[in-house]
Amino acid sequence: MSVSKKSKYMNPYLAGVLLGLVVIAANFISGRSVGASGAIKSAVVAGVETVAPAHAESAKFYKEFSEGHEGSPLNSWLVYQMLGVLVGGFVSGVISQRLTWKVEHNPKIKSRTRLIFALTGGILFGIGSQFGRGCTSGSALSGMAVLSLGGFISMMAIFGTAFALAWFFRKLWI
Amino acid sequence: MGPLVINEIISENTNLLLAFFIGIGFGFVLEQAGFSSSRKLAGVFYGYDAVVLKVFFTGAITAMLGLLFLSLFGVLDLNLVYVNETFLVSAILGGVVMGAGFIMGGYCPGTSFCGAAIGKIDAMIFIVGLFLGVFIFAEGYPLWENMYKATFLGSPRISEFFGISEGIFTFMVILAAVLMFWGAEWAEKKFPREEY
Repeated sequence: MSVSKKSKYMNPYLAGVLLGLVVIAANFISGRSVGASGAIKSAVVAGVETVAPAHAESAKFYKEFSEGHEGSPLNSWLVYQMLGVLVGGFVSGVISQRLTWKVEHNPKIKSRTRLIFALTGGILFGIGSQFGRGCTSGSALSGMAVLSLGGFISMMAIFGTAFALAWFFRKLWI
Repeated sequence: MGPLVINEIISENTNLLLAFFIGIGFGFVLEQAGFSSSRKLAGVFYGYDAVVLKVFFTGAITAMLGLLFLSLFGVLDLNLVYVNETFLVSAILGGVVMGAGFIMGGYCPGTSFCGAAIGKIDAMIFIVGLFLGVFIFAEGYPLWENMYKATFLGSPRISEFFGISEGIFTFMVILAAVLMFWGAEWAEKKFPREEY
């Protein structure tokens, strides 16, 4: 391995091992692994149930969700996990003095451009994660850990597509 | 013997509480690795920062090996562990759309929460997008429900699907990862950048 220059971040291989341990712990304790997009789904369902209960009762997506979940959609494993992610990320930011308040972007583009693409990217990820029944955390990482075929396919499709499109969006990053 | 909640060694409420702590660990590690920065995350696609590759594959392999070992030592019953289902068409379509979202948005759901947690406004806007995207999917559900549920293959493990043992498959992944790490270290030296 090359000589690493001083970095403000943790060694990525070490971080990977720790991440693997987190996944192992989740499986050992809860019989399932980490995730993320599912928490957004729960929150959307909870929101619609609160704001438009009649619609939530008749529209298929929301009906199917509540058929599989007792009680409030927010009382779910992933929602608590994601709250933990916010806390863990924040604590890490405090310890490593990375707390900031900015739009991070390539100086060659305007911050408005960055935000437009962040929103678009989020929308695409929101849609894609539903079709994919999970995102890079819940489907790809967690799926790979248990050797799931679906997880593996997800991972290849996500990274493959991003690589294939990278050249077209290079101005956003380099 | 794990999984603890499924074997009723802990209650569902304890399970939910522990989910919170698992999340803290998850968020902490991701942020420590730099996943709170969209510019670092996008770097793997341009060669200047392969942190995503290194962390993701090291993590996946550590987890694969760890789970196999726990199962071998009788500490964890892998048959009771959730294996995500495979709906082939939906998985591929979802992955493609997510890939586009990744290269445009520079985040994924988990990392966007890390970014937001340290004050990155672009991460917060990404999260707004996530809610909109899920809502769009939900409202348009009747249009794509059939595609969403097509080509259900069950929950096969890759090893079963291709008829190789779990150990051999894990070994192949490790080999592929080592090759990728080697390539990544090469790329990072070839396209150096200041750290984000």
